[in-house]
Amino acid sequence: MGKTVLLIEDEPNIIEAVSFILSRDGWQVKTHSNGHDAMEAIRRTAPQLVILDVMLPGRSGFDILGEMRADDALAEMPVLMLTARGQTKDREFAERAGASRFMTKPFSNADVLDAVRGLVES
Amino acid sequence: MSRDPGPVFLARRTYRRRRLTDAARMLPLLGVVLFCIPLLWRSPEAEPARTTTVMLYVFGVWAGLVALSAVISARLPGHDDPAVRKDRSDAGDG
Amino acid sequence: MPTLNLLVVFCLLYVVLLFAVAFGADRAARRGRGRWLRSPVVYTLSLSIYCTAWTFYGAVGFAARSGLEYLTIYIGPTLVMIGWWWALRKMVRLGRSQRITSVADLISSRFGKSNLLAIIVTLLAVIGTTPYIALQLQSVTLSFATFAELDPTTATQPSRQSTALLVALGLALFTILFGTRNLDANERHHGVVMAIALEAIVKLFALLAVGVFVVWGLTDGIADTMARIDASNIAAWQVSGSRWIGLSLLSAAAFLCLPRMFQVMVVENEDESHLRTAAWAFPAYLMLMSLFVVPIAAVGLDLLPADANPDLFVLSLPLTQGQEGLAILSFLGGFSSATSMVIVAAIALSTMVSNHIVMPIWLWATGGSAVVSGDLRSVALLTRRLSIAGVVLLGYLYYRLSGGGAALAAIGLVSFAGVAQFLPALLGGLFWRGATRNGAVTGLALGFVVWLYSMFLPSFGPTVFLPQHVLDSGLFGMAWLRPQALFGADGMDPVVHAVMWSMLFNTGAFVVVSLITFPKPIERLQGAQFVNVFEHSNTGGSWRAGKGETEDLLIMAQRIMGAPQAQKLFSDAARRQGIAGYLPDPTPDFLRELERELSGSVGAATAHAMISQIVGGTSVSVEDLMAVADETAQIMEYSSRLEAKSAEQARTARQLREANEKLTQLSLQKDAFLSQVSHELRTPMTSIRSFSEILRDTEGLGADEQSKYSSIIHDEAVRLTRLLDDLLDLSVLESGRVNLNIQHGTLAGMLDRAVDATGGEAGGFRIQRNRAAENIALTTDPERLAQVFINLISNARKYCDAETPVLTISAAERDGQLVVDFSDNGSGIPADQHAMIFEKFSRVRQTRVAGAGLGLAICREIMARLGGSITYLPGQRGAAFRVILPLGEQMAAQ
Repeated sequence: MGKTVLLIEDEPNIIEAVSFILSRDGWQVKTHSNGHDAMEAIRRTAPQLVILDVMLPGRSGFDILGEMRADDALAEMPVLMLTARGQTKDREFAERAGASRFMTKPFSNADVLDAVRGLVES
Repeated sequence: MSRDPGPVFLARRTYRRRRLTDAARMLPLLGVVLFCIPLLWRSPEAEPARTTTVMLYVFGVWAGLVALSAVISARLPGHDDPAVRKDRSDAGDG
Repeated sequence: MPTLNLLVVFCLLYVVLLFAVAFGADRAARRGRGRWLRSPVVYTLSLSIYCTAWTFYGAVGFAARSGLEYLTIYIGPTLVMIGWWWALRKMVRLGRSQRITSVADLISSRFGKSNLLAIIVTLLAVIGTTPYIALQLQSVTLSFATFAELDPTTATQPSRQSTALLVALGLALFTILFGTRNLDANERHHGVVMAIALEAIVKLFALLAVGVFVVWGLTDGIADTMARIDASNIAAWQVSGSRWIGLSLLSAAAFLCLPRMFQVMVVENEDESHLRTAAWAFPAYLMLMSLFVVPIAAVGLDLLPADANPDLFVLSLPLTQGQEGLAILSFLGGFSSATSMVIVAAIALSTMVSNHIVMPIWLWATGGSAVVSGDLRSVALLTRRLSIAGVVLLGYLYYRLSGGGAALAAIGLVSFAGVAQFLPALLGGLFWRGATRNGAVTGLALGFVVWLYSMFLPSFGPTVFLPQHVLDSGLFGMAWLRPQALFGADGMDPVVHAVMWSMLFNTGAFVVVSLITFPKPIERLQGAQFVNVFEHSNTGGSWRAGKGETEDLLIMAQRIMGAPQAQKLFSDAARRQGIAGYLPDPTPDFLRELERELSGSVGAATAHAMISQIVGGTSVSVEDLMAVADETAQIMEYSSRLEAKSAEQARTARQLREANEKLTQLSLQKDAFLSQVSHELRTPMTSIRSFSEILRDTEGLGADEQSKYSSIIHDEAVRLTRLLDDLLDLSVLESGRVNLNIQHGTLAGMLDRAVDATGGEAGGFRIQRNRAAENIALTTDPERLAQVFINLISNARKYCDAETPVLTISAAERDGQLVVDFSDNGSGIPADQHAMIFEKFSRVRQTRVAGAGLGLAICREIMARLGGSITYLPGQRGAAFRVILPLGEQMAAQ
């Protein structure tokens, strides 16, 4: 297999939904639900792709992304950002921080699947 | 910060009041003098004065002082009166 | 009818009457009724505690021995009273503006709030007053025994010791009951003052009645009385000039310095203008008290056996002439004189002992911690009560040990001379800015030693303290050290001798040391304040403190003044500075005000020490020093005007700054609000959309999964609805279009409902309530009020971070308002966030607990609609909220 996705998100229902969609598409889905030790989780699971929520307890998603891009081992890892705030300045901020894709909640399941596939293939 | 010289003459009312506070200050001194007068009546040569005479005199003075104090105290200005404040700084106590 | 039994009955009835009067007056004062309690007549009558049993009985004895000399004891105070414009007016003004609690407090406060001075004055006052209290107990016992001896029906004599003990116990009880109701010594003791005013009337009436009986009953009118005086052995005017003048001056000095006189004259004074009435009425009272003294003495010497005690003529004359009713009246007069003196002296001394000796020791012993954590209020009250009992007991012990002999009779003048030692420091402090603390200490100490050696110790007679050879040939055989002929001043009257030397040494040392020492800045400030009290009546000494210390100050003030008064003081000060809430900026003005309020409870020196423990030492500003250095009042006035102006500007600037800060914060809040609403709405919608797509697109989904996913969709839809409801509720409340459903109910019922709705005490969460206090009837919208309570309780449940969380709900009625406090034992809310917690979406901690942060905003709106308020209450241990609701029908208009 080897197709691993790490989902960092704190709403249990959203975790369940995303896990369901991706695992049916053949992905192995790991989840993590807070910001403090998200970096350790990323290093430990070494996924092909990270799906990262912006508002996390303990630490903001932007901070985590910043740290990943500063780390040589993780600088190239594709990251799909999710946000519930949908303001344009959030999108700019995410792009500057180095996000590979940016999606606003609520999203359609098909879009998530497309985005994940596209990011891993490229 | 030059000191305001104020008018040369005070209004008649203010002037009266100031003299009244002077009177209030003088009253105990008057009392001291009057209460000491019987001491002059004890000359060693002559017969000493009688207790009853001194008693009548002392109680007379006493009643007079009470009456004077009642009249003066009732007319003295209150503590917020500008006449008194001005008066205090004139007196320059301290 | 056996006289002794009748006397006991009357005496008990009289005591009951005194208790009733004191109780009634206290109650009337507390309810704000009874303006007559504060009349100048009551003030004048209360001054009559100057006339103790020593003057009631003793004046006649004095007159029988040495003619008109007794008048000196009344002439001195008369001169002081009619000269009130000089000294009394200043003392009363200072007492009020500086919240002075005693003569020791006045002197210590004037000389830089020195506690050393306060202790010296207190000790001197206790030593000078104790024998005097013993003298009062002796007079009651003696007059009681006079009755018993002349009563044929009693077989056994009542023990004198037990009479004295009973009287002492009764007095201590009365004084503790009515003298320590309030901690604040500046709050008037209406009950005590009313009782002593009544006693003043009784003793004057009794003495006049005996006098009238003597003049018109025993002799044939005035002419006959005069003839009898002329025939008696006091017919000649033989008073020594030095005693006439010396004793008048001594009694004048004592009148100003006696702790009990200071108590009624300055501390209990309601209104400065009462002095105007007392200025003539009190001399008139003294004149009437002394009017019949010589006739009674002359007729007593004539009619009674030669061995009769002239000190008891007032009692024994009517008694031997068969006038039992008059004798009982006379006894009650003497009883009144004795008791009123002991009561007021005990209050005055206990205030001094507890404020200047016990409290400082206690503060020192417990370290700085006590200022914030100890229960100061109850400690202060307790020490004051114990001090009262101690003072009265000391008087009783003195009476027992001295055996109640003739030595006591002489103690009146000895005591006067002792307290007269305060005079140089007192008057010097009031009128001379150059007087210094070191001068006052040296003068007092020297005067005290000379008085002790030349008057107090010899008053016990030879062999008790001073052996005969010291009296005859001086200490160490040095003739110039003979106690009653110091420096070879032989042949002088002992009293005049002692007063002259002690006052000379006292005044001399005071003046010389003051001239050569340099005062500390705080002494100079206080000196300027005291001497020029009529120009500017605020206190000196500036404090500087940081904002963070205000909460500590509030905690300390609550412990001394009680929580409601302290909170009122702080919130008033905050409002004057234009700040909402309970924590004003610790400006020098505010700290000065706080110190003055505290000093009304614990004395100036202690209050100063307490504040400096929190604020960290006094620092006198450059302006203050300049003000001191400049001797003219003009500059003071000018700078105070400037100060007022700049204070005004500072206040406006602060208001503007705060408004601006709030606007900026609100604008940020508005952005945050929108983004928050977006977030709160989108999160549940994400789940809904995602799962509905799964249900729609996925084939072969199991029945379990189908049901699980649809219930997730359902729950998230409910969550969305609740959020929309809250938003709607808030907007309705904010726009004022809410309909209140006003009903009757009790607070307890609404709290019960709220506790139930939040799950009660489940999950190790304790709620402490006092059901008895919650039984308050309300007319309000119970649904809305319960909504507020539910919010506060569930907040405590969510956010209280203590290991064993406890929420305390306390309810009280205060000034027609219902006050309910919700305080938990967690870590509370940081002071910088107090202003924002009632704003929308302002979650204090960045934690994600369910709820969108609208709860407190809704609570605030509800309380405003109900006509009340909800505030954050700082100065408690954890987070605390106070809900205030007006009782009665007034509701905010729709």
